[in-house]
Amino acid sequence: MSAGTYPEISFEARMGSVEFRIDEDRAHITVDDTKCRDCSTRGCITACPANLFVPTADGGILFNYEQCFECGTCYLVCNREGAITWTYPEGGHGVVFHRT
Amino acid sequence: MPDVDAIVVGAGPAGAAAALELARAGRSVYLLERGPFPGSKNMYGGVVYGRILDTLVPGWWDEAPVQRWVTRRATMIMTGHQALTVDFRTESWGRPPYNGATAYRPDFDAWLAGKATDAGAVLVTSTTATGLLRDGDRVVGVRTDRPDGDLTADVVIACDGVNSFLAKEAGLYPHTDPANFTVGVKETIALPREVIDERFGVRGDHGVDYEIVGCTGDVPGGGFLYTNTDTLSVGLVLSLPALAAGGTRPEELLRRMKEHPAIAPLVEGGEVKEYSAHVIPEAGYDMMPELSCDGMLVAGDAAAMCLAAGIWLEGVNFAIGSGAAAGRAAARALQRGDTSNEGLAGYRSRLESSFVLADHRKLRDAPHLVMSDLAQRQLPGLACGVAERMFRVDNPEPKPGLRRILRQELKRNGVKVRDVVSHSLRALRTFG
Repeated sequence: MSAGTYPEISFEARMGSVEFRIDEDRAHITVDDTKCRDCSTRGCITACPANLFVPTADGGILFNYEQCFECGTCYLVCNREGAITWTYPEGGHGVVFHRT
Repeated sequence: MPDVDAIVVGAGPAGAAAALELARAGRSVYLLERGPFPGSKNMYGGVVYGRILDTLVPGWWDEAPVQRWVTRRATMIMTGHQALTVDFRTESWGRPPYNGATAYRPDFDAWLAGKATDAGAVLVTSTTATGLLRDGDRVVGVRTDRPDGDLTADVVIACDGVNSFLAKEAGLYPHTDPANFTVGVKETIALPREVIDERFGVRGDHGVDYEIVGCTGDVPGGGFLYTNTDTLSVGLVLSLPALAAGGTRPEELLRRMKEHPAIAPLVEGGEVKEYSAHVIPEAGYDMMPELSCDGMLVAGDAAAMCLAAGIWLEGVNFAIGSGAAAGRAAARALQRGDTSNEGLAGYRSRLESSFVLADHRKLRDAPHLVMSDLAQRQLPGLACGVAERMFRVDNPEPKPGLRRILRQELKRNGVKVRDVVSHSLRALRTFG
């Protein structure tokens, strides 16, 4: 097999390889996207390894906490005070690695 | 009376080592872990260097859950279509006392935490420490997300990882600059054991660790590839500011590295079993927080004790070394009945006289050197260019001679000699 023909998995399949014990009651990260509207960098969109930040047509940002690696990238790169409220999930919830 | 002598937050290698030392000193200790088991939140770039375990867990190599012993250590410098590899192997790293091992962190961390519980520490999993309990400025315990979850102790050891909200809450981090961090992404790829043995030229429980420069496109960083028993781990470490400034997304950069002609034959045909990501405290000594305050110590990634120095990429050993030192310092302070900042000062002096702070201080400039444009882009182009010209036969033209090749390749790669000289001097001061 030559280089370039490596069968790449879809992003959904990639994230599907990870176990997440989702807390249905509480989002451990919340995004106040009124603070994002005048943000020109929006570093969270390219940097989040789980691709959880999605720009919306009206200039906001849609965020889903469910497949979060809890890595901290988003709040570290965010330059809008108060846009991202970041905590760990409740004990026992969230990402569970097995072969890392 | 506090509930317990000591609370250790985080059952990774730092926390497990701290709890182990405290329990061995006869202290009552809670070891809190927010995941369902130790290691379940942890991910790394691949090698556990075990020398620090020799005194902590004698004979560790007979029982630690190791994937493979690293007997081949390679550094690969690549451009889009070239690769130059320095490939060292020694059989002596494949027998006791060994040097480094690949391991799955959920296995390894759970094993080390088991040593702490064997010694008498109480492991409490699925419990997040949500904040500090304080009496004035003094840390007197932690708040957890359990019902009635306040726990008090004479000393708290924060081993709560790179994001350490406890160290931040205690005011030990002056600021959090994204430039001090990288994010690591990794695929664990299944391949039959014999295929791995064949592709990497190893046998039995011997394995390989590659570190790769020049593989991260428009984002400064590096790559790694290492062998487990019947999987490969392949990943990238990427600068946060560059990613955030609109750099190519991590999984796309990883896809490109896996397509590189030097990497594709090693990884192809394997099934991705697990994808993972974790932030790394990249800047070393210059980003370290204050290591203690009244009633609290900080160890491991929480104290930025992760060594990202190009040819040396180490973290678990620094976590174990700092955690064990914190545990011993806390036990001594408890014995003397003084867990104030002054009473805990033995922690820093223990670290100063060990590899933990000595290596970090010596290599404080290394992260900047490694992330520089020269190291990231120009030198890989130069090194690969020189190698290609050296080994290319241009008959009937006579061989050009190394000086001419160097001059031409310096020019072609836009490398200024004075930059190379000044970087070399810095590198000599740092690594020499």
